Amino acid sequence: MRRVVVTGLGLVTPLGADVETVWANLIAGKSGAGPITRFDASDQKCRIACEVKPADHEYGFDASRRVDHKIQRQVDPFIVYGIDAAGQALEDAGLTDMSEEERLHAGCSIGAGIGGLPGIESESLVLAAKGPARVSPHFVHGRLINLISGQVSIKYGLMGPNHAVVTACSTGAHSIGDAARMIKDGDANIMLAGGAESTICPIGIAGFAQARALSTAYNDEPTKASRPYDQGRDGFVMGEGAGVVVLEEYEHALARGAKIYAEVVGYGLSGDAYHVTAPHPQGSGAYRSMEMALRKAGMTPADIDYVNAHGTSTPLGDELELGAVRRLFGDAIGNVSMSSTKSAIGHLLGGAGAVESIFCILAIRDQIVPPTLNLDNPSESCLGVDLVPHVAKKRKVRAVLNNSFGFGGTNASLVLKAI
Amino acid sequence: MSDTADRVKKIVVEHLGVEADKVTEDASFIDDLGADSLDIVELVMAFEEEFGVEIPDDAAEKIATVADAIKYIDENKG
Repeated sequence: MRRVVVTGLGLVTPLGADVETVWANLIAGKSGAGPITRFDASDQKCRIACEVKPADHEYGFDASRRVDHKIQRQVDPFIVYGIDAAGQALEDAGLTDMSEEERLHAGCSIGAGIGGLPGIESESLVLAAKGPARVSPHFVHGRLINLISGQVSIKYGLMGPNHAVVTACSTGAHSIGDAARMIKDGDANIMLAGGAESTICPIGIAGFAQARALSTAYNDEPTKASRPYDQGRDGFVMGEGAGVVVLEEYEHALARGAKIYAEVVGYGLSGDAYHVTAPHPQGSGAYRSMEMALRKAGMTPADIDYVNAHGTSTPLGDELELGAVRRLFGDAIGNVSMSSTKSAIGHLLGGAGAVESIFCILAIRDQIVPPTLNLDNPSESCLGVDLVPHVAKKRKVRAVLNNSFGFGGTNASLVLKAI
Repeated sequence: MSDTADRVKKIVVEHLGVEADKVTEDASFIDDLGADSLDIVELVMAFEEEFGVEIPDDAAEKIATVADAIKYIDENKG
């Protein structure tokens, strides 16, 4: 059977625009949250977000490093973040100079949950104010979700599968899981896989706030707002950015002497079949997704040392996920650490599962698990579970479980392990 | 260089991300400045906005170089 390993990583997040900076800031317990600066949010219920920082910031993002000026002008930020993260991952894997034969078997599976919402919003305003003849000719392909995969394939000449998952906040995890299967099935030897999002715009914030999904009680203390499992949580904080990994067939990676971070050993998927935004009240979809991922990995809960939770800081979701983990793990719950890195970087929506998978991989590499910030007063249901409050924790990390759940009741879980 | 030429050049630099000294009057948008057909549609829209002219599709199709654009604008602006 063909095995799939991770050989390259790329990140653009509110805590930095390269993997080592993001990871160092995350482990140090920094928060990427702040007042919204992209637009005047004074009339919004939610006025905070975890924004990717501008190029002149200490850990800001410089789009011109990997994305042509012309493309930056034509596409939405989520595509710019995705192209950059994919470039980082290819560079990290040493794959920027592949032969044509190699590139025939190298593909992309980089998705997004929502896509180019800021551009849809702004161009709709142009349409209303100036009429159809002023709508940009780049409007459509600058907003489409599959255009990260499209742009990346053109930039690097990748002629293998060109795919893009759209499963809301499960996108990043599904992207990696689906791409791993493509390698297992022999469709490709190398896949760039991940997700991106950037919806910090008036209609994005208003829409999620109206759905009662965003935190609105901490507008004056933005770094306190994302507080998964804490009794004072009141919704998620919107993040933005991208995470992309290079997945590679194991023998292929060995043959070229590649650095191997981890192996993708388990992938589980399920549907809640319950409600468009609310999670199933027994967490049954989450449970089945995790159970499938472990079964596919041939592992038991006792083999898992760290769970990177979906844990968005919403009143309902956190405890339902925790309940499902508790039921699945049984007695093994006492030995696992589980944290939500959304406490630091916010919720990257379609990018979340990929960014968090990279955190899982780095936890394996460095044998340290990132913290859950702001966990001052854990909800009662959290008793007896190590949620890594406030500070990162050195510990043995052999294998990890990463959960992502999305609107529509779509669930994905990945199991990654050291090799 | 005329006022029109200066303003056209500025728009081309901004939209195509090319060095200003490459935007000579005989430069072809596609062959010399890396534009594709949709970039030209976008440039034409920007010229229309900047100069308050209307450039119909059949006229736009004949604009291949920077000089073509300047000439059309000078002849048609109000």
